[in-house]
Amino acid sequence: MNWKTFYALLARDGHVARRNLLPMLVQNLLQPMLLTFVFGRVLTTSGMMQGSYKSVLLPGIMAISMVLAGVQAVAMPLIAEFQFTREIEDRLLAPMEIGWLAVEKIVADMIQALVAGLVVIPAAWLTLGRGVNLSFDHPLEFAAVCLLVAFFSSVGGLALGCSVGQTQIGLMFSLVLAPMMMFGCAYYPWSALRAFPVLQYAVLINPLVYASEGLRGTLTHVEHMNTWIVIAVLASVNLLLLAVGLKKFHGKAVS
Amino acid sequence: MGIGIRLENVRKVYDTPPPMAARGAGFSFTPMRSGAPKEKKKKFEVVALDGVSLAMRPGEVFGLLGPNGAGKSTAIGILTTRTRPTSGRAFIGDFDIWQEQVKAKRLIGVVAQRPNLDFALTAREVLLFHGAYFGQNARERARRTDELLEQFKLTDRADHMVRTFSGGMMQRLSIARAMMHDPEILFLDEPSAGLDPQTRLLLWEIIRGYNGLGKTIVLTTHYMDEADTLSHRLAIIDHGKIIAQGTPQELKASIPGGYLLRLRFDRVTEELMAALRTLPGVTEVRSTDHIAADVYADRGGPLIAAIVNTAQAAAIELRDVHISEPSLENLFLHHTGRSLRD
Repeated sequence: MNWKTFYALLARDGHVARRNLLPMLVQNLLQPMLLTFVFGRVLTTSGMMQGSYKSVLLPGIMAISMVLAGVQAVAMPLIAEFQFTREIEDRLLAPMEIGWLAVEKIVADMIQALVAGLVVIPAAWLTLGRGVNLSFDHPLEFAAVCLLVAFFSSVGGLALGCSVGQTQIGLMFSLVLAPMMMFGCAYYPWSALRAFPVLQYAVLINPLVYASEGLRGTLTHVEHMNTWIVIAVLASVNLLLLAVGLKKFHGKAVS
Repeated sequence: MGIGIRLENVRKVYDTPPPMAARGAGFSFTPMRSGAPKEKKKKFEVVALDGVSLAMRPGEVFGLLGPNGAGKSTAIGILTTRTRPTSGRAFIGDFDIWQEQVKAKRLIGVVAQRPNLDFALTAREVLLFHGAYFGQNARERARRTDELLEQFKLTDRADHMVRTFSGGMMQRLSIARAMMHDPEILFLDEPSAGLDPQTRLLLWEIIRGYNGLGKTIVLTTHYMDEADTLSHRLAIIDHGKIIAQGTPQELKASIPGGYLLRLRFDRVTEELMAALRTLPGVTEVRSTDHIAADVYADRGGPLIAAIVNTAQAAAIELRDVHISEPSLENLFLHHTGRSLRD
């Protein structure tokens, strides 16, 4: 393994990310802040929602931000770079097995996803006002879930970016991402689906459910899914997506 | 010094449309679709290379000449680790390109048919990061980057984003990037496509200069003059097969009739015609009218003295000579029955 090359590729992604820092922050922060403001502030202050909803919402928003970071930082650039311009070619020719380029993308995105997730906490806290009860009683579990969600974000982005063509980006958003976000237990806890038994079990195929519930469980005292189940499922999904992503990446990279 | 390249019976069959990189500009791999929907859809299959064996010697400029879609880019793809051969083996130096990709990649620089620059970077960064990928230290990177920007006349645009560059500038930067890590072998896939004549000359000069350092250069082209002037040896490829290879001179000499000398005299006699036929290397002499003769021979200039002597001996005055050299165009026509630009 050629670490110099790996590090240089990472430095390149870091450099590009720094150059796009402002638009990236806006992308990462604006949507969650608007969501938390409308759902967490307007609806609760007006009395249409209970104040405790704030604590339910925040971990969900955080999960969505982290997962979307994967789409922004891995899937979209990969789709573009593998297209007509073949921008990625120079990096594929770097003296390193090409699978490591995919690994580099994963590492770079994990960092971005973690940043995207962690900046949401203070930002959402500010927009939500009083009444958010966060607890950091389980720092290890919280760290583990965060890492797993970030990893899911990047391997998911890798698999998605290598499966979707440039012309299907719109479809990807409406067909994959929108249902995933709506049925990802981000805006409500999984237990709230008890009234819809079929749906409650159907959504279990959605990895975002575990991300939301995992963060909810380690960050708040709201009713949540068992954290160990969350960790086990996320770890398995991640391994599966990693295998799929690497295979797809090879398929795209070599003709 | 220098590293050679070997292709051993390489075959490449695409069962899905190849990516853009392997596609010729004017050529499309559109799969055959059967007209009636009931019929089973024909399986997509394109034989891009059909049992190609080639050897490129260390330190030579080797040209791959052929029309669009002949398999040139696929050959380059296989030699640069970007395409997996269906069967057969390819070597860079002693390294099996598919088995020892990393070692092979260290030795090569690649200029793709279409500029594939990193659009998120400036020109300077493209070179700096490329150097970093190859493990150059910061000082070496900066020095080499300045040198190349200067050499390729890009210094004044060095800190602009490459997405704002014109086609010619992108092409120049692509070549600079391929040379950044000082590779032993430089691959150029149709390097002068879309370049203006001036830039083309600059490019030729750069290729010759780099070759002068003992580096091996492989280039594909469908321009006759480019293959002819630049390459020491070349292979003509069509429909995935090598149809001829050798030095440009050898290849041209292999055309029957080779050189054509068009002669004009004050008069042409039967004796003169007979005498011309006996000259060394002459394959055919035709009298076009009573003052002109066409001589087909395996040589051009060296025959002039003998022709002059023959004419003088017959007391005939030679008034004009035009030597038409055998061209690769004619060679391609001879082998395929098609013009190269078809």
